[in-house]
Amino acid sequence: MTEFLQHLVNGLSVGTIYALVALGYTMVYGVLKLINFAHGDVYMVGAFAGYYLSDLVGVRPPWSDPPPGAGETFVKATIVTMGSMIICGLLGYLIERFAYRPLRHRARLTSLITAIGVSFLLEFGFQLSPLMKSPIEFPPGPSPRVFPALLERSGYEVLGVNLSNYDVIGLAVAIGLMLGLQWIVYRTRFGTAMRAVSFDPQVAGLMGIPVNRIISWTFVLGSALAAAAGIINAVSRPRIEPLFGLMAGLKAFVAAVLGGIGSVPGAMVGGLVLGLAEEYVAGYTDSSYRDAIAFTVLILVLLVRPAGLFGRLTVEKV
Amino acid sequence: MVLLRQLLRSFLPFLVGLPLLFGFQAALQAAGSQAYTLLLTTVGVNIILAVSLNVVNGATGQFSLGHAGFMAVGAYTAAKITLALAGIKLSFLPEVLSDQIFFALALAAAMAMAGLAGVLVGLPSLRLRGDYLAIVTLGFGEIIRSVIENMPSLGQATGLSGLPLRTNLVWVGVSALATVVMARRLSVSTQGRALFAIREDEVAAEAMGVDTTGYKVRAFVISAAYAGLAGALISHAILLATPRMFTFVRSIEVVVMIVLGGLGSITGSVISAVLLTLGLEALREFQAYRMVVYALLLIVLMLLRPQGIFGTHELWDLKLFKKRGAAKAAPGGAGAGGAP
Repeated sequence: MTEFLQHLVNGLSVGTIYALVALGYTMVYGVLKLINFAHGDVYMVGAFAGYYLSDLVGVRPPWSDPPPGAGETFVKATIVTMGSMIICGLLGYLIERFAYRPLRHRARLTSLITAIGVSFLLEFGFQLSPLMKSPIEFPPGPSPRVFPALLERSGYEVLGVNLSNYDVIGLAVAIGLMLGLQWIVYRTRFGTAMRAVSFDPQVAGLMGIPVNRIISWTFVLGSALAAAAGIINAVSRPRIEPLFGLMAGLKAFVAAVLGGIGSVPGAMVGGLVLGLAEEYVAGYTDSSYRDAIAFTVLILVLLVRPAGLFGRLTVEKV
Repeated sequence: MVLLRQLLRSFLPFLVGLPLLFGFQAALQAAGSQAYTLLLTTVGVNIILAVSLNVVNGATGQFSLGHAGFMAVGAYTAAKITLALAGIKLSFLPEVLSDQIFFALALAAAMAMAGLAGVLVGLPSLRLRGDYLAIVTLGFGEIIRSVIENMPSLGQATGLSGLPLRTNLVWVGVSALATVVMARRLSVSTQGRALFAIREDEVAAEAMGVDTTGYKVRAFVISAAYAGLAGALISHAILLATPRMFTFVRSIEVVVMIVLGGLGSITGSVISAVLLTLGLEALREFQAYRMVVYALLLIVLMLLRPQGIFGTHELWDLKLFKKRGAAKAAPGGAGAGGAP
């Protein structure tokens, strides 16, 4: 029972990350019908932006002397998270504006190849040895970096389960962001416009919705969520390197498909289910094939229920 | 007479190519240049990879990103076989010949195993539309690699080393020729026509009675088998098979080649494979920038010239070749396509 609960905690902690990244995939797919291959790398950039920002605002580790007070820690952690979300939002905007928008009316394969190009540009651009030495070393180069401790880690034991404040805060932030997104999508004018564009971009344009602006903002929102996921992940698993976005991105995509691509609540549920599935299967059997689980799930979903848990099956019309 | 002509269409390139290759090989050996041999081997292997991936990505219009996974299957299969047969000789043949016969066996097995892997990957994933397929194949490529890394019998992360040197320019040249001839013969056969129909409009093709999934899986299997051949050749040229040789980066390199050459153009694939391989060799000092250049190349190409250098055109579509070809083929019936 203890083991079961422990896996539940770990699964939720991984699952919220997948869910946050999956939201970006699903929203972009909703409005553009494009799998934004570079989204996993935006998540990676988010973690690195946090790394540099915490250097900039001078985050002090909890064991420094004198230890940072609760207020200072909170303010700095907020600055780092918000700043990284803004940076990634901007990155998302730039990617959409310069890589995807010029190709919107070409064949779908063209956009897909460009997306792969952008993804590799980010991955391998970040792996170059530093070109700029001051004020910060950028790009970071291929060797892994250690993300600074934004908060002091304190562990509890509840019912024999190891729980840390990282898990709790990460979960709280993720759920807060998802509720915020839910509010934006279903309760605001922007959200209504976004759903209209995803329903039919041409007709939405005829109704006076600024389609380009809505698509840009969708990218900004999705990328900001990915950045938040990057920070939450890096706080509890502090090893960051330019390639770690690839696998996480693929798995988040699987989560989006599992929930039904294009569906916002689907992405959240899909992420959590995938995180839990991975943790339970890897926990109770062989953990060396952990990465294969996500793809098995993907194949099963596509064979059994291609529309996903929450998606509606669309028939292709000629 | 018709039969002979049809046979010749497939075998003429080999009849011309083989003596040339043997001569070339002998000349190089006389010059004693190891570096050039390896470079030419790389060029040949890249041609095989590019032309075979083009069967799926270009001719069929699907988008596979898992070519390196099939290469790995082929490389490890062949490596296991040559390692197992390293001590055995056919006593009635000279040693070199007996080695080469075993290597031919290993190559055939590599193609078969890679093709089998192609069936396993293709059957579930080819029901999907283009962009899903890209992710699934990328994932499968990585899974194949992670399975290899976890298998003690395949040497895990260190891989298999100490393979005997078996690949020579004749093998590479013949394999590259075979790939090109296969792609060319495929494009004029019923199977190839069905693939083009799928590329142009899958729904329409299905409405016309084309078994789209079946044709896609067959194209995928052919492409995977040739990728396995390429993997077997390269691993016996550098005497090593490690999982690091077959990461998704390798798949992307091949994708860049065919996108640059033009999706659907065999000529384009060959030329861009040669150009990119030689170009990279010349720019060896800037190795770190290689993938960045690839990425930028993909983006800029899609923005400025999405059809690549050649589009879907071929060298033999030129008027120069067309007239003679048409005059010759008229009595035999141009549409007759045999197995390549």
